[in-house]
Amino acid sequence: MSDTVGLRGRFEDYALLWGLLFVVSLLSVAPLARLLLEGLAPNGEFSLQAASRILSDSTTWIATRHSLVTAFGGTLLAVVIGGVVVLVVSLTDIRARNAFVFCFVLPMMIAPQVVALAWLQLFGPSSPLLKMIGLAPALGNRNPLYSPEGIIVVLGVQYAPLVFLTLRAGLRTLPRELIEAGLAGGAGPFTVLRTIVLPLMTPPLVAGVALSFVSCLGNFGIPALLGIPGNYLVLPTLIYQRLSGLGPGVLSEVSVLSMLIGFIAVLGISLQDVMLRRRDFRISTTSSVARPFELGHWRLPGELALWTLSIFMLALPLIALVLTSLVPAVGVPLTWSTATLANYAFVLFDHDAARRALVNSFGLSATAAIAIVLVAVPLAYFLVWRRTRLLRFVQLALEMPYALPGVVLAIAAILLFLKPLPLVGVSLYNTVWIILFCYLARFMVLGLRPVLSGYYQIDRTLEEASQIAGARLPRRLRTIVFPLLAPAATAGALLIFLTAFNELTVSALLWSSGSETLGVVFFSFQQGGDSTYAAALGALTVVVTTALMLSTVLMANKLPPGVLPWRD
Amino acid sequence: MARLTIDGVEKSFGVFRALDDVSLAVADGEFMAILGASGCGKTTLLRQIAGFDKLDQGRILIGDTVVSTAHYHLPPESRRIGIVFQSYALWPHMTVAENVAYGLTVAGVKNPERARRVTAALSLVELDGFAQRRPALLSGGQRQRVALARCLVTEPSLVLLDEPLANLDVHLRASMENEFSRFHARTGTTMIYITHDQAEAMALADRIAVMDKGRLLQVATPSQLYREPADETVARFIGEGMVLPVKVRSVESDGSCRADLYGHAVRMRCATTQRPAAAARACLRARDLSIVSATAPGISALVERTIYHGGHFRLEARVEAAPDTLIHFSVPEPCEFAPGAAIKLDVADGWVIPHSDGN
Repeated sequence: MSDTVGLRGRFEDYALLWGLLFVVSLLSVAPLARLLLEGLAPNGEFSLQAASRILSDSTTWIATRHSLVTAFGGTLLAVVIGGVVVLVVSLTDIRARNAFVFCFVLPMMIAPQVVALAWLQLFGPSSPLLKMIGLAPALGNRNPLYSPEGIIVVLGVQYAPLVFLTLRAGLRTLPRELIEAGLAGGAGPFTVLRTIVLPLMTPPLVAGVALSFVSCLGNFGIPALLGIPGNYLVLPTLIYQRLSGLGPGVLSEVSVLSMLIGFIAVLGISLQDVMLRRRDFRISTTSSVARPFELGHWRLPGELALWTLSIFMLALPLIALVLTSLVPAVGVPLTWSTATLANYAFVLFDHDAARRALVNSFGLSATAAIAIVLVAVPLAYFLVWRRTRLLRFVQLALEMPYALPGVVLAIAAILLFLKPLPLVGVSLYNTVWIILFCYLARFMVLGLRPVLSGYYQIDRTLEEASQIAGARLPRRLRTIVFPLLAPAATAGALLIFLTAFNELTVSALLWSSGSETLGVVFFSFQQGGDSTYAAALGALTVVVTTALMLSTVLMANKLPPGVLPWRD
Repeated sequence: MARLTIDGVEKSFGVFRALDDVSLAVADGEFMAILGASGCGKTTLLRQIAGFDKLDQGRILIGDTVVSTAHYHLPPESRRIGIVFQSYALWPHMTVAENVAYGLTVAGVKNPERARRVTAALSLVELDGFAQRRPALLSGGQRQRVALARCLVTEPSLVLLDEPLANLDVHLRASMENEFSRFHARTGTTMIYITHDQAEAMALADRIAVMDKGRLLQVATPSQLYREPADETVARFIGEGMVLPVKVRSVESDGSCRADLYGHAVRMRCATTQRPAAAARACLRARDLSIVSATAPGISALVERTIYHGGHFRLEARVEAAPDTLIHFSVPEPCEFAPGAAIKLDVADGWVIPHSDGN
């Protein structure tokens, strides 16, 4: 009897594992493989014609140069801001650290296109804020942000938190003994910083640079809002224009373009490996976090400087955004008599596409969050507790759709789903389902990472005890693993929801009438010159995002450290 | 209730041999301790019996059912055994009653039968009234008892205990030891008790299996293990035995022999198969040695160190005939021997280690 029972248990294990592997390969391997195929053999025949046509076109190389300029510039700015802030926050005794980290990381969680609009509203001739204080440039003047420099500034602000977070994680693992040994050896704080802390922080710094470079490179919202008006095109916006101008007929060409940007991204990631291989950065001990340096009478000025930075990076742009959302039309000065909530009413109740988008975005984000967690928990079970070479490869494959720029995945998905699905004959193209597919593929790692670190915190004997009690894998997952992982899984789900809710890159290429997302509607308002509607919609997403982030304070104690970026 | 048969089991991790040809037969209802230092392979053996790992060679049977061979592996959830984990492994999101009831729920036992058995199991470990508590609110000893109740509520045929007392303080250990032996007497379950603590193993087990470097060195009753160690490693490990060179002169039929220890004639115990041998080895216990007057026959030695142990001193002395050899024994307080003092020692008993003469 026990023979058949054992067989059944093993069958369930394998069925679950192979089911998960099927889902994962469908989400990550299939689209990228399809894209590669298209680039090399469009329409099923090997040909480099499309590739050579694109690669000999000067617009391609201009856009590539623009992409590199803005990505490098944005990364440089992000590293300077993020690096300085992380040193002050991590190594000194400033107060209200948690509140500051929350405010500093917030721009990263807000949609890039909303951040871009907020900055536009801060500086342009129609800026309500500048008008209120009488500093607005004369009408007809160009907004200074419609320029490569503008793109670089906003990219830098957007991704400074990313550099901050990778360095912060690195500084947490820096053992206090190393700093104290330096101090005991007679070195002053700045010598310790220069000779011990900074050299040891090379790996997280390089990782932060790579991450920030790839993010800047793949960003669509910021160069779309700030670059398209001045015809300063980068690769993602070039792909967008080609595709939306001519439709799927140019698929072969845009897939070559998206492979080009994917290639640059992979180059950036590999550079990180090469740089880190040259020296030994391993830290031998781990212990409690280093005791902060006392700033003494420099503490208050230091705190003021940090919060001033936060006002410039977060508060002023957001205020400008909200003020714009309150004026009846672009250019009208804001006073008590002109202020109106009509823009909010319009986007919430009167505009069909905006209303649909609200439902779509909520539905897509919630579905993606729940579905990913339901896949990630059993998948991470195998990744952590049944590790094999195949699973290591799977984990790597899962990183790809998120590591590569969003346009790459979007183009790959179009190629995959342009024709109706085999066997069932249903087409996903031009429906909301193709967007959901991309969200699942792209944000899988966002859910997987917190769940993985949750697993590392669980004592495996808890699972073994239930196994000994006779529970087979599905029951163990349901009754033991899921409840224990609930906080980490919730954090992952929230992270996915927020990211998907603010997403534009993928849906800009995949939307169709009826399947608009908030990002798409926001973008079309802005492109049509309806900045006030866009501002209202943007302000609403900022409110939702911030509220959800704050709600996590409630479960902060139950979370593994480091799974929520804005929780310090 | 079931026998456990382990037959020629081997397991390697890379080049490291964790289990090397281990064979062990545990009788129905027996309390067997598996004793060894950390890293000896005892936890690997437990994980093989439980089915958490697959084996390379040999086979394991529970009762008459083969559960593991190199080609067949019955998963742990189908083996119908119980484990008490070192960390207790109580599920923090369930109450005490839910923890205990889990195995019954899995087996499809319905209320009121389930509630009745949970209550019975909790009162067996004297935790009535704790059913609705969360494990986090219990003391170490109480958690241990919940783990025990959870393991026994399903009436497994075989119970594995993985260093269950390692996380408790000394006082609690004694009372939990008591609990385990009461428990074993009452339920008659076959129990395998993994430990590195020989006092614990001696106090609880019917038989002890001593492991070292993945091999089973000896399986015997506690008294036999102490009195008649099978080899030098066991002799040194159990009760801090001293292994000294002896010349076996003549063997009597009653299992005793005459031997020379550093030129001093002594009477020792030996195996009935023991032959006279010029270079055998014997295991001596501290209590076998006593100081005699300087003129009496005995082994001459120099006191090296005295350590106070409360009520008595442990003396370490260097044998004059073999300056590399340190021997130790105890002397009641007050002790008149300071380091450097010359003493004479008489030997009351000893055990000639079998096959230590190379035969």
